[in-house]
Amino acid sequence: MGNIRKSYGSNITTLGSTNDKIVLLEGDLADSTMSDLFEAKFPDRHFQIGIAEQNMVGIAAGLALEGKIPFVNSFAAFIAMRACEQVRTDIAYPNLNVKLVVSHAGLSAGSAGPSHHSIEDIGIMRSIPNMTVLCPGDEEEMKQVLEASIAIDGPVYIRMSAMDCPNIYTSKNKFNIGKATILREGSDITLVSTGTMMNEAMQVSDLLDKQHGISSEVLQMASIKPFDIDSISHSIRRTGKIVTIEEHNIIGGLGSAVSEVVAEIGTGKIIRIGINDHFTDTVGTPEFLLEHEFLTTNAILKKVLKFLET
Amino acid sequence: MREFERLENITKEARYLIIKTLIDSGMGHPGGSLSSVEILTALFFKIMNINPEDPGLNDRDRFIMSKGHGCLGLSTILNLRGFLSDKELASFRKNGGSLSAHVDMKKMPGVDMSTGSLGHGLSVGVGRALSAKINKQNHKVYVLMGDGETQEGSIWEAAMSAAHYNLDNLVGIVDRNKVQQCGNTEEIMSLEPYFDKWTAFNWDVKEIDGHDINQVVSALSQDNQESKPKLILCNTVKGKGVSFMEGDNKWHGGGAIKEFAKEAMQEVKLESK
Ligand SMILES: Cc1ncc(C[n+]2csc(CCOP(=O)(O)OP(=O)(O)O)c2C)c(N)n1
Repeated sequence: MGNIRKSYGSNITTLGSTNDKIVLLEGDLADSTMSDLFEAKFPDRHFQIGIAEQNMVGIAAGLALEGKIPFVNSFAAFIAMRACEQVRTDIAYPNLNVKLVVSHAGLSAGSAGPSHHSIEDIGIMRSIPNMTVLCPGDEEEMKQVLEASIAIDGPVYIRMSAMDCPNIYTSKNKFNIGKATILREGSDITLVSTGTMMNEAMQVSDLLDKQHGISSEVLQMASIKPFDIDSISHSIRRTGKIVTIEEHNIIGGLGSAVSEVVAEIGTGKIIRIGINDHFTDTVGTPEFLLEHEFLTTNAILKKVLKFLET
Repeated sequence: MREFERLENITKEARYLIIKTLIDSGMGHPGGSLSSVEILTALFFKIMNINPEDPGLNDRDRFIMSKGHGCLGLSTILNLRGFLSDKELASFRKNGGSLSAHVDMKKMPGVDMSTGSLGHGLSVGVGRALSAKINKQNHKVYVLMGDGETQEGSIWEAAMSAAHYNLDNLVGIVDRNKVQQCGNTEEIMSLEPYFDKWTAFNWDVKEIDGHDINQVVSALSQDNQESKPKLILCNTVKGKGVSFMEGDNKWHGGGAIKEFAKEAMQEVKLESK
């Protein structure tokens, strides 16, 4: 098992040693976002802003205007929502080189409850012009996402789960902004995942093959924006059926992005698997909440099989 | 004196229940829960006009836990006061339970707002207090904040509006334990001169020892100065009552409790149990 935040902590520290423009801003959550490694190594380029996310994003804008590359760390909910207008008007509108690296995405804050969950952020960030939106699914993909985000000059939102997750991506997989990663080729159905749902998609694909003799294509879309329209349309033209799997509201996220493509090319059928537009009404660990929301391998497999019957 | 003892006993029971519930769930926020015990005890057992049998009573005093992560401490007080059953308290942060780490007013009768994202509660308190003014109701609105929480700009927007609208039915309470999640407030983002900040925002400010139940009750009992919101600045100790938690930000969250369960229990155990 790996952890995306751990990957962030160590890789941002490595990148910090070769690029002294990188500065890190943090809002009294370094132990949760795991950015404390950077603080220990580069105390002069680390700023503790306290519990003041709007101020933190505004400060990042100022630093970027002066040529620094600010990395802003907090929980997804507090950047995408609490500081949303600062993100949109102070970062995205002037197209500034600020990287927003947020943790506890989706339901991964678990029993912290809905105030700390973030099931809306992809939708919010995706609709902001100039914003690049990336949702890596494991440690290696996070590493590559991080490197790619530094290579572009502009605002990037990087969404991290807080949960431990199996490592699927290898150095042979190549992440590119605006490109899908084709994890498996297949012909009967397309499974599209983002973030850590990459693991569920692969497991569902395995079971489809082993238990039902169904061949599925698996596309991991860590790059939510820009979106790889070509890969999606190419795949759906061959399989005719597409399933989106995400730890996010089915409104506004990956499901919406793929639906837009399907509608525009005018071919194929789609179902969206995610959170059905409600705040969680129970309490529990992230694993428990995912089960409650039918976002486990078995629950997803059931939906996919039902979809295949239509 | 007997009244003092009654309240003191409740604070002891609350501290015991906080640690017991924390050990049981394995997760929670002990530091800020333990520092608020006297404040919550005074409010729920002495000051506020509330009724567990009728939590929606129209002329009840209102309470907002702006530091929503203090849910563990608040839940134990609600349990002791009869708003939450033992079963509900025992479900704290458990799979399928009703209490999460942050306050959900729909699951917690006796509380007047859902909270968890810091810096929201005082604005909501201003809204509730304004409504009481329109309706010519005499109840008060109490809002408990963390000191770290008041680094949020929204707190000061709310403070400005409360003074602007002369909300002498609004009482803000700050649990000034001087520690937030990652360290001491003055190192993370300094708040001092803190008393003067609230005074400059035109609040009637009282500074007290937030662990002296007599001082807490007395500060809460006094009416607001005419046409001013009141701020009670409670000097407290994060983790109060469990020596190795006191003043240590490592006990902001309670992840390490399994390892220290015995020691913690030892410090809060009740003679009767
Ligand atoms: C808007 C927002 N930012 C960050 C957090 C994460 N967080 C929860 S508690 C906490 C520290 C709070 O410190 P303080 O208000 O002093 O509370 P206390 O010491 O009384 O527990 C932080 C940063 C949050 N809940 N909401």
